[in-house]
Amino acid sequence: MSIEGLLGRKLGMLSIFDGEGRMRGVTAIEVGPCYVTQIKTPDTDGYTAIQVGFGEAKRLNRPEAGHLRAAGGLKLRHLAEFRGDPSAFKLGDRIGVEIFQVGERVDVTGISKGRGFQGGVKRHGFSGGPKTHGQSDRHRAPGSIGSGTTPGRVLKGTRMAGHMGAVRSTVRNLEVVARNDERGVIFVAGSVPGPKGGLVRIRHARKVSK
Amino acid sequence: MSYELDALVESPPRPDLPDFSTGDTVRVHAKVIEGNRERIQVFEGVVIRKRRKGLASTFTVRKIASGVGVERTWPLFSPRIEKIEVVRKGKVRRKNLYYLRKLTGRAARIKEKR
Repeated sequence: MSIEGLLGRKLGMLSIFDGEGRMRGVTAIEVGPCYVTQIKTPDTDGYTAIQVGFGEAKRLNRPEAGHLRAAGGLKLRHLAEFRGDPSAFKLGDRIGVEIFQVGERVDVTGISKGRGFQGGVKRHGFSGGPKTHGQSDRHRAPGSIGSGTTPGRVLKGTRMAGHMGAVRSTVRNLEVVARNDERGVIFVAGSVPGPKGGLVRIRHARKVSK
Repeated sequence: MSYELDALVESPPRPDLPDFSTGDTVRVHAKVIEGNRERIQVFEGVVIRKRRKGLASTFTVRKIASGVGVERTWPLFSPRIEKIEVVRKGKVRRKNLYYLRKLTGRAARIKEKR
């Protein structure tokens, strides 16, 4: 069995004891169960990948239903592709937490929580202005945004207020501290992008540090 | 806050630990790891705080060691706690006994619960 990763759902954070009795802050992630929905091969698609589906869909449109029919007609809400060795799988196979081992490192990708329109202080960590010495309306101002007549414009990419969050982000190299096979949950050290209940993509760590 | 996520943990709390509350005098037998050696250290004192947070609950024990106040906090369900003995039940009217920090000697006594 070889697949790079799976889809899952973030359940939330809690503290648990690891094997040595130390308390660790962990995120509980429900991994799968995912079902193999399509196997992409160099002959038909030009590359190799395993497409899996996760979660129950309320309703499917006709093309979606037709696509899933080959995998046994499951009503799956989310589809994603992962690299891996397709010879170990056939359509409709169920894959779950068992692909992640306690002690290994994983990368987790999710959509971070949306923060809406935020100022420079929160969005880019600006210091804001002085709080005292006669300041008015300058407490959270961004300060200077560039030079004067030369160049006579604001440089592209200058950090300013704007929309923050709700972007895809990946946290790498998180340790799998524990696993609950019965509930299909892994406990990963540290935090993970997204809200509770948010869709996350978990894969074996690409680059293992330390 | 809810603790529904605690139910996902496979090794649930320790039923072997006695029921104790703030004001009680307890002896905590805790495993201490020194380098690669492990031994049991006994810490006896008054429970001045119990923080109820599901699996993450902690408690704090205070004692006077050679004239200096010492407080230690453990996670209540820590596997490093070998056992807890309740030496004396105390009768107190607060949840957290922080006022004991300002008191010494006779003033820091706690009435026994009968």
